[in-house]
Amino acid sequence: MEPGNGGSAATTTAATAAPAALTKKDFVSNQDIRWCPGCGDYAILSSAQNVFPKLGIPRENFVVISGIGCSSRFPYYVNTYGFHSIHGRAPTFATGLKLARPDLSIWIVTGDGDGLSIGGNHLVHIMRRNVDCTILLFNNRIYGLTKGQTSPTSEFNKKTKSTPLGSIDYPINPISLALASEATFIARTLDTDPKHMARIFQQAAEHKGTSFVEIYQNCIIFNDGAFEPISDKTTRADNALFLDHGRPLVYGKDSHQAIRLNGWQPEVLTFDGTPPANVAVHDETAVDPSWAYLLSRMDPQAGFPVPLGVFRRVTRDTYENLMTRQIEESRKKSGPGSASELQALLTGEDTWTVPA
Amino acid sequence: MSAKERRIEDIDHIVIRFAGDSGDGMQLTGTQFTDTSAILGNDISTLPDFPAEIRAPAGSLAGVSGYQVNFSNFDIRTPGDAPNVLVVMNPAALKTNVGDLEPGGILISNSDAFVADNLRQAGYTQNPLEDGTLRNFRLYKVPITKLVDNALKENPLSFRQKERCKNFFALGLVYWMFNRPMESTLKWIQDKFKKNPDVLDANTRALNAGFYYGETTEAFETRYQVRKAMIAPGTYRKITGNEALALGLMCAAERAGKHLFMAGYPITPASDILHELSKHRRFGVKTFQAEDEISAIGAAIGAAFGGAMAVTASSGPGIALKTEAMGLAIMLELPLVICNIQRGGPSTGLPTKTEQADLLQAMFGRNSESPLAVIAPATPGECFTMAFEAFRIAVKYMTPVMVLSDGYLANGAEPWAIPKIESLPVIPVHHPTSKTDGAFLPYQRDPGTLARPWAVPGTAGFEHRIGGIEKADVTGNVSYDPDNHEHMVRTRKAKIDGIANDIPHADIFGSPEGDLLVVGWGSTYGAIVSAVEKARAEGLDVSALHLRYLNPFPKNLGDALKRFRRVLVPEMNLGQLRMLLRAEFLVDAIGLNKVKGQPFKIAEIGRKIHDLNPKQMPSARRAAAVA
Ligand code: SF4
Repeated sequence: MEPGNGGSAATTTAATAAPAALTKKDFVSNQDIRWCPGCGDYAILSSAQNVFPKLGIPRENFVVISGIGCSSRFPYYVNTYGFHSIHGRAPTFATGLKLARPDLSIWIVTGDGDGLSIGGNHLVHIMRRNVDCTILLFNNRIYGLTKGQTSPTSEFNKKTKSTPLGSIDYPINPISLALASEATFIARTLDTDPKHMARIFQQAAEHKGTSFVEIYQNCIIFNDGAFEPISDKTTRADNALFLDHGRPLVYGKDSHQAIRLNGWQPEVLTFDGTPPANVAVHDETAVDPSWAYLLSRMDPQAGFPVPLGVFRRVTRDTYENLMTRQIEESRKKSGPGSASELQALLTGEDTWTVPA
Repeated sequence: MSAKERRIEDIDHIVIRFAGDSGDGMQLTGTQFTDTSAILGNDISTLPDFPAEIRAPAGSLAGVSGYQVNFSNFDIRTPGDAPNVLVVMNPAALKTNVGDLEPGGILISNSDAFVADNLRQAGYTQNPLEDGTLRNFRLYKVPITKLVDNALKENPLSFRQKERCKNFFALGLVYWMFNRPMESTLKWIQDKFKKNPDVLDANTRALNAGFYYGETTEAFETRYQVRKAMIAPGTYRKITGNEALALGLMCAAERAGKHLFMAGYPITPASDILHELSKHRRFGVKTFQAEDEISAIGAAIGAAFGGAMAVTASSGPGIALKTEAMGLAIMLELPLVICNIQRGGPSTGLPTKTEQADLLQAMFGRNSESPLAVIAPATPGECFTMAFEAFRIAVKYMTPVMVLSDGYLANGAEPWAIPKIESLPVIPVHHPTSKTDGAFLPYQRDPGTLARPWAVPGTAGFEHRIGGIEKADVTGNVSYDPDNHEHMVRTRKAKIDGIANDIPHADIFGSPEGDLLVVGWGSTYGAIVSAVEKARAEGLDVSALHLRYLNPFPKNLGDALKRFRRVLVPEMNLGQLRMLLRAEFLVDAIGLNKVKGQPFKIAEIGRKIHDLNPKQMPSARRAAAVA
């Protein structure tokens, strides 16, 4: 935090105090959880509460900001600073807060309706600016809180309360959108795999810049089984492709399937024993987003596995750092911004005096 | 040619309007003339008037841009009702402006521009400079284009580039006519074009050529002179409303010991606030050009949550987009300043024209019971004071505050007595950092102001959750309890109402009681007070009251209204303040409503006052008025 901001009295103390050894319990609030029993949100909350104490950040420096929807109740259940805002706008509050207070660890919790429909514009822009924060997008492919309407990620022709004859909207792909929006960390994980979730959350939190994490989340009431083939432990290995940086794209129960490239066309290949040499190798640090985009477009309907893990992780200056640098540089160039300089600014260049 | 000595006539004030194509540089010409007059010590008031299109078709009526300046040797409050001098650069400018010129007024035209194509575009079938239709004016036909070309013979610029200097020729001529020094403009040209010596040379020569043209031709018999104004002692500068607003916000942050955070989205006529503040990073000012209006207010609210002095600025259509977030800010009870630089509406309306029709939107334009404080500056310079005041109220009462400026204040300029920063009040800020016992209660209020504590993230032990769902009193937990909701709705209103104890009483210009009270708010101040002053000079029993606080109203307002037999409310809308006054105080207020995208003229208000046939002032009061 820069000197001179009146908010510093409180935060300097917080920043200098050695973070006490925190545990999951420290992040559990006293509020009753109001999600439906069996909702995937519980597992996501629990994973986040597991990860928070491991980040070496004082509890008071966490801020969880959400929009509107089932997932957006999240901040009430985490005993940190929290902000349950308005529909789709969480990234805007997060941007202002991070700019004003770069010292804080900011988490945005949103859903497919909140983040991709009403708030789509803000999501795009926070990612392109690379504001340092972690976005958890709970994707259940349905509107839950409003009781089951089609969402931007619902499948084409889905029959819902608002689309009894089938949805005629083509769905959006959140990972592809994040790539197009220049996010510097992009990952996908799944509510039924707490270990994977925790690993991804931790990596997302440690990344400097906007981290976008799509979480496949089961809405047991309005869209149960949406991610069935991969959420189910028994079928997951054959349908999910776990991305690991520098490792070949191999999957399947006995690791006998792999992805190779034919030009820019991915192909599934089956093999016995060691994977053949032409299997594609994952590079999450590729500056060119084309590779990650190709992965994001692999279509399960066409027989491809669903990639899970980190699609992209690249380094770029964060928005708040660039802002801080502009402040420092203008101070170097034109003076420290003292009260007398402000007086000179008020006075301006051309004045005249009316004598008494 | 012999330069014969011309008579210099002393006059009290002059209103000049420069009019031309939007590409002719009329705004610059007007600004330069204003700067020079201000530095000379005249009182000034300006009215820039330009089209929304950046480059409307050249020569078209829609593309005419004008700049009116009133300069005087006494205290003036408006840019003047009718120009005494009109400078027109083409037929379209003549057509759209000549109706405003006073009978017998000076009309200076660029006769070179009165060619067939331009005449046709302006809808003239014959040349008005030649057909005698302008005989009621003192018409000067100056071949400006040719004279500029001659003056720039040695300059290597192209003919088209040289032609662009004709506004400086016109300015030079007007400088000569009104006996003004040219140093300030010469210096401006030097600074502006130092990287482009040919353009620097061309503009300098054009300016001088204009001045010498006045000096050497026999056409102009008289020069005029307006002496220094007798205004309150002090050091002055010229300032526009938007500049003053930006500086007021910065000074408020300074006096609160905080940094300013401003988020905006480009919109006319508010963008200049973002432009101005974005220059001042070294003062810790963080400006954020958001992806849309919603994001701009969202970012400001986020920054306020973090402890910054947060502000967003926009105009009507943008304010409409921000309303949901304003409701949130009311629920969160965080300090936030929202500036609405009003323009003609509804919808896109008249982006570059002024109006004050967003008062009811400011008051009620959100879902449910959602009160916020509303204040309005009356003059360009007052934008400073009211921006500062907005932050004082926002921080003290933990509430959003809306500042209602308008296009006329935003772009208009006047002399401004430069304040000393250390004489501005301190804005006390308190962020709790240590508590006595138990859990932190984010909605436990100060019993005096009803403000809740401003605990900021990063403070250990004060972790709490805020949001748009109704909050339980004291604890701030989510609550759907019926009684709690009613209590909170009433409390939020009581908090805003309570600000009335903390703001000045409304001043009355004139007498504290009488026949007719003219009540206004915002930028109509100058025209109203000038009209009332005139009426009183004629012995009429008329006074004026101007509101700078609209929610809550000053405490003395109801009583003040009752002391007059009749109340007249001039507004640049269809009667929004009048509706509020009627509802609140049951007074049968009369409206004078103008929605033309143009400010009131003094005479328009004067005429309405006369129509109402006010009584003569009782002799005792008249004696007091004269004294
Ligand atoms: S409606 Fe669906 S998403 Fe919402 S809480 Fe219930 S199960 Fe979860």
